[in-house]
Amino acid sequence: MFFKFLLRRLMYVIPMLIVTTLIVFSLILIIPGDPALALLGDNATEEKLALLRSQLGLDQPVLIQYWNWLTNAVQGDLGRSLFTGEIVSDAVFSRLGITFQLVVASIVFSFIFGMIFAIGSVIKPNSWMDYISRFMGTIGTAIPNFWLAMLLIVVFSVNLGWLPATGFTSISDNLGGFFQSIILPAICLGAFGAAQITRQLRSSLLEVLESDYIRTAYSKGLLLWPVIWKHALRNSLLPVITTTGLLFGNMLGATVVIETVFAIPGMGQLAVNSILQRDFPMLQGVVLVMVILVLIINFVTDVLYSVLDPRIEIK
Amino acid sequence: MRGPNEPVLEVKNLCSYIPTSRGVIKPVNNISFSIGAGEIVALVGESGSGKSVTALSIMGLNSPSIKYEKDSVISFKGENLLKMKKRQMKKIRGNEISMIFQDPMSSLNPLHPIGKQIAEPIQLHQGVSYQKAKEIVVNLLAKVGIPDPENRLNDYPHQLSGGMRQRIMIAMALACNPSLLIADEPTTALDVTIQAQILNVMRDLQKDTGISILIITHDLGVVAEMADRVLVMYCGEIVEEGDVYSLFKNPQHPYTKGLLASVPKLRGASEKLLHTIPGAVPNPLELPKGCNFSGRCSYATEKCLTEAPNLVETGKDRRAACWHIVDLQTEEVTVHA
Ligand SMILES: Nc1ncnc2c1ncn2[C@@H]1O[C@H](COP(=O)(O)OP(=O)(O)OP(=O)(O)O)[C@@H](O)[C@H]1O
Ligand code: SF4
Ligand SMILES: [Mg+2]
Repeated sequence: MFFKFLLRRLMYVIPMLIVTTLIVFSLILIIPGDPALALLGDNATEEKLALLRSQLGLDQPVLIQYWNWLTNAVQGDLGRSLFTGEIVSDAVFSRLGITFQLVVASIVFSFIFGMIFAIGSVIKPNSWMDYISRFMGTIGTAIPNFWLAMLLIVVFSVNLGWLPATGFTSISDNLGGFFQSIILPAICLGAFGAAQITRQLRSSLLEVLESDYIRTAYSKGLLLWPVIWKHALRNSLLPVITTTGLLFGNMLGATVVIETVFAIPGMGQLAVNSILQRDFPMLQGVVLVMVILVLIINFVTDVLYSVLDPRIEIK
Repeated sequence: MRGPNEPVLEVKNLCSYIPTSRGVIKPVNNISFSIGAGEIVALVGESGSGKSVTALSIMGLNSPSIKYEKDSVISFKGENLLKMKKRQMKKIRGNEISMIFQDPMSSLNPLHPIGKQIAEPIQLHQGVSYQKAKEIVVNLLAKVGIPDPENRLNDYPHQLSGGMRQRIMIAMALACNPSLLIADEPTTALDVTIQAQILNVMRDLQKDTGISILIITHDLGVVAEMADRVLVMYCGEIVEEGDVYSLFKNPQHPYTKGLLASVPKLRGASEKLLHTIPGAVPNPLELPKGCNFSGRCSYATEKCLTEAPNLVETGKDRRAACWHIVDLQTEEVTVHA
């Protein structure tokens, strides 16, 4: 059963990957700029440039270039950086772990705050907690993450000196250092998610708390907290799972900004640098891995759904 | 200690109100009744007459927007439930008084297996583990007529039919041997054949356990089948009360008479159009000055329009709230139970 499900998902993942990478490939060629020029500098002669282009295969038609990239990629070879000669897959994977830690920390942050605000809001409608939650739900959605990043850096790094403004310590190197370096980026990356989860969980909790089985739970003698904990929360989280899956992709995209602001050497920063340097193979590698990550998350979301809701069967 | 005839539940002057921007609504307006040990009492009345609010007042589960007048009393085993703290009330709900609801499809949590859901009140009130409670649950399931109960414990509600789910609700309600069961339209959402089965289960369990039951319905067939005594509600008030037999045979209030006349009968009545009570239930914000039923009553007189009748004793174990009871009694009564 599960194997069949997996197989079916793969069937639709492959065309998805082909389409997305093809789109990225075409987009790269639309961006003005020439990698040969970027490599050789402004003083290069036209001959030298042409030579380099043909060495890199850049003089061939787009579809041929894409086909060459694809056939290599299928064999696990994503090529080399035009700029540094680094092997693309090595470069991407060395940064994947960093970005992954950042995104997971941001999801965790979003969830903890989303749950606290949503539950705090519904246990007593129109209380100060309810107002704060609704305010947070709005402001978290509206505030731009780079602006929040600069604000937090000014307050917590520059003025108070509590947390580092830049850099990253991996969780495997130093736990304390990890937390210090991750707090501000995770807040900035997770603020939008926290707001989304607050809003969605709040409305789904309000709806679930009105339902008949909650009345049944009260009629058994349960009080508010056990009712929320045992009967309302799990039901209310179901729609939030979908949101969280979407947030994950959203955050991966936003790492481009956050990693640049906080100088975190992750995939987002790599993507920005590759664009600036017209390092096509590198950018293509980053995008490919991000797309695969998103697809994996979609898959996990679906499995999680069927685990949490017995009415849904994996097919 | 309670004597043998002492009621399990006594409601006195229960008055609930909801302040709204357009005025005060009184879903339940000064009602009094009692339920004896082992007695099945039916509460009937049209939609919106305050039946559910009455039931939920007993459970303490009305929405917080509904308030109670100070002198309202719901006395259960000598204690006023309306004055109880949450912590005390928690020990009564599901333990001494339990409730089943109209829609069994939505009254069970879709994400928990039914065994766990039935065990929950047992674990809560008796402080035992699920493993211990399981044995009781299997017994309960057998009692409410679920075949092969051991293997049903891990079923989820969506795997069961409506009738089965209502049986599960009954099992859950009876888990802690309560002394009062409140059933708010327990069969309304079910097919006719299933309705009869559920009523049978309830009746059998009542005989076995001697539990008191307050059954809410607008189906007079259910009343005739189940109840010892009937309370008729209209616009938040009790307008008539009596034992089933004499009330069906001889309704004293015009509203009760109308209700009985609108019941389809099996024999002879197929040719005649069903009688319906003319008019509609008055808006709770604009109740008439006199008798609430005066706008729809063919017996209404001048007095009915200006003065509201009180619920008064009208015979042995009979009460009615109408200025013209006597006139009705002398009339031929054409409706039979
Ligand atoms: N939470 C509430 N807020 C506002 N009005 C309410 C609330 N609960 C009940 N009411 C009102 O109180 C009145 C009585 O409602 P109740 O639910 O007790 O009727 P009922 O006799 O159970 O009717 P039904 O047969 O439809 O279940 C209705 O007019 C209803 O609109
Ligand atoms: S008091 Fe008057 S209006 Fe009311 S039910 Fe009796 S006869 Fe009808
Ligand atoms: Mg009702």
